[in-house]
Amino acid sequence: MDSDNTISGSKQYSRREILAGLASIPVIGVIGYGLFQHINDRNKKLAPLLDDISSILPKGISPVVEGETIRLGIVGTGSRGKYLMKALGFLHPSRLDQYIESAKKSNEWAQYLNDFYAQEDLNIEITAICDVFDKNANWGVETAANIHRNGTGGKMGNAPKRFLTYQELVASPDVDAVIIATPDHLHIPVALEAVKNNKHIYCEKPLSCTVEETFAIREAVKESEIIFQLGHQGRQTENYHIAKSLINIGVIGKISLIEVCTNRNDPNGAWVYEIDPDANENTIDWKQFIGPAPWHEFSLERFFRWRCWWDYSTGLSGDLFTHEYDALNQILGLGIPHSATASGGIYYYKDGRTVPDVLNMAFEYPNRELTLLYSATLASEKERGKVIMGHDAYMELNKTLLVVADPKSTRYKEKIEKGIIEPHKPIFSYVPGQEKVDAITTPTEKYFAGRGLLYTYRDGKSFDTSHLHLREWLNCIRLNNGLQPSCDIDQAFEEAITAHMGTISYLQGRRTYWDADKQKII
Amino acid sequence: MNYSKSQLISLVALRFIVGWHFLYEGLTKIFTPSWTSKAYLLDSGGFASSFFVWIAKNQTLLTFNDTINAWVLTLIGLFLILGCFEHLATIMGMLLLSLYYLSHPPFPGIDYMFPSDGSYFIINKTIVEIASLAVICCFPTAHIIGIKRFFNKNRRK
Repeated sequence: MDSDNTISGSKQYSRREILAGLASIPVIGVIGYGLFQHINDRNKKLAPLLDDISSILPKGISPVVEGETIRLGIVGTGSRGKYLMKALGFLHPSRLDQYIESAKKSNEWAQYLNDFYAQEDLNIEITAICDVFDKNANWGVETAANIHRNGTGGKMGNAPKRFLTYQELVASPDVDAVIIATPDHLHIPVALEAVKNNKHIYCEKPLSCTVEETFAIREAVKESEIIFQLGHQGRQTENYHIAKSLINIGVIGKISLIEVCTNRNDPNGAWVYEIDPDANENTIDWKQFIGPAPWHEFSLERFFRWRCWWDYSTGLSGDLFTHEYDALNQILGLGIPHSATASGGIYYYKDGRTVPDVLNMAFEYPNRELTLLYSATLASEKERGKVIMGHDAYMELNKTLLVVADPKSTRYKEKIEKGIIEPHKPIFSYVPGQEKVDAITTPTEKYFAGRGLLYTYRDGKSFDTSHLHLREWLNCIRLNNGLQPSCDIDQAFEEAITAHMGTISYLQGRRTYWDADKQKII
Repeated sequence: MNYSKSQLISLVALRFIVGWHFLYEGLTKIFTPSWTSKAYLLDSGGFASSFFVWIAKNQTLLTFNDTINAWVLTLIGLFLILGCFEHLATIMGMLLLSLYYLSHPPFPGIDYMFPSDGSYFIINKTIVEIASLAVICCFPTAHIIGIKRFFNKNRRK
């Protein structure tokens, strides 16, 4: 070995050997440089938005407030009532059997079952059930008795009492609070009776079927000391909380137009529900079902598909637009619009229904200098998210949240010119379930943000929004300090009046106005 | 194993290229705090998809999986480029890539939401990289070009 090429020491390496051994060091250097550039570039893009956003994710969920067990009465144990009972922690033993069987075959179901078991005990007792269809009522009674969340043959608790009329149920001394999951036309009759008996109310949406009863229930609730929650569980949706925070700090600039939609394309989505073979004049209390609606002879179709008739339903405006409206009212505090114009028709489902299956509505908010557009069809499933259009960016809310900068934005002008922000590409995206929020996400996340996922999360853990919504209501009842839940009677009133303005405009073929001073639709 | 000059250059280049890919993928994940494989795993298809979806839906497992994935990628990359633990790195790499392949096999009839960057039928770039790692494993070069040289007992005098 040439002595010139050696290094003195215990081990001696030639220069050539050292070069061969360390040949890769420059490669690491190049990668390091590339990574530094990548991080630098990303941080530059993160900075403009994240400087403003300290922490916008809703933090956790409030614990179940300690106190006495709340005794609940449920009026209406049809499909929605059953769902709410599940959100409260009660499943029929035979339904639980099905869940367990399905969970053995599918991970989706296993997760669904786990989520149900993981649902916290809300410290409630269902003491009363009322449904005009015997089968639903019996199912409700058996479900409410399943306090240990067992399958068939498992240990059950005390069965609640079945009441034949809602009047008797709300008057019962064994009931502290009432859940109303009846068809639309019975919401307020039940609610008014409940207020009269000083019972707290969780009422399914929409609040009311007519304008008059909307005023009546607002007055009654305000004069009482009851806790009222309208069943817009979207109030608990993490995305909407984030959207509100972002809009409040001006991320999308001045809003001029909002577009919301409903798209469905199957008989179930169009309210053509299956008719139960056990249903007949002997098992249904038809007179009670009709309630305040115009009399009609017994009809199974009307009973199970009540959403298709104005007599019992509020149509697209009350049934589906209200979901969209309440989300926006929560995010933007829109309130009641100045005017509404609606048009549409029965263009696809010519099955004898009276409510339209296509509806377009425009709500004007001159004081906010913006328009809210709604369009719906029950015969196309094209997915269209909620889009809030601002001068600086638009926000698209689907299952996910996207903010995309406007090429002509004033706020982002400089950053667009410098290439820090790329218009037409999301400058902010949030996929539910992620624990962190970024202005720039990885390609995978960006892609999924566009396509939407079906999970609703809090602190990275999935939750049933209805469970959270009911929990909020129950917590307010136990706190008993005057605090009302997020969708209180004022929010509910705004929801109902807005929906009625659209419906009246459609039915009368004219523009409707809200006279805020006289508190009247004109 | 004796290589001709061109064989050695090709093999070392292959080792550097694959190592580069692993290292950069790993480091960008480590330095992107919000990175998660959740969406990717939820989108998995084929006979093993339920396993990957199960990981995606378990927050503890997912966090563990994300951390291990990023660090294993980084270490494999480092070992391949530096030229040490070559055998371990290539085997780990092949195992990891096999999991990627199993989560998104390019079989006919499976659609993914996440778009692919090309058209594949059974063979995709993941398989090509697995094959590259197999070559690196069978034709080691770290003892010639790499820091393994300094630890090699049978160092050429």
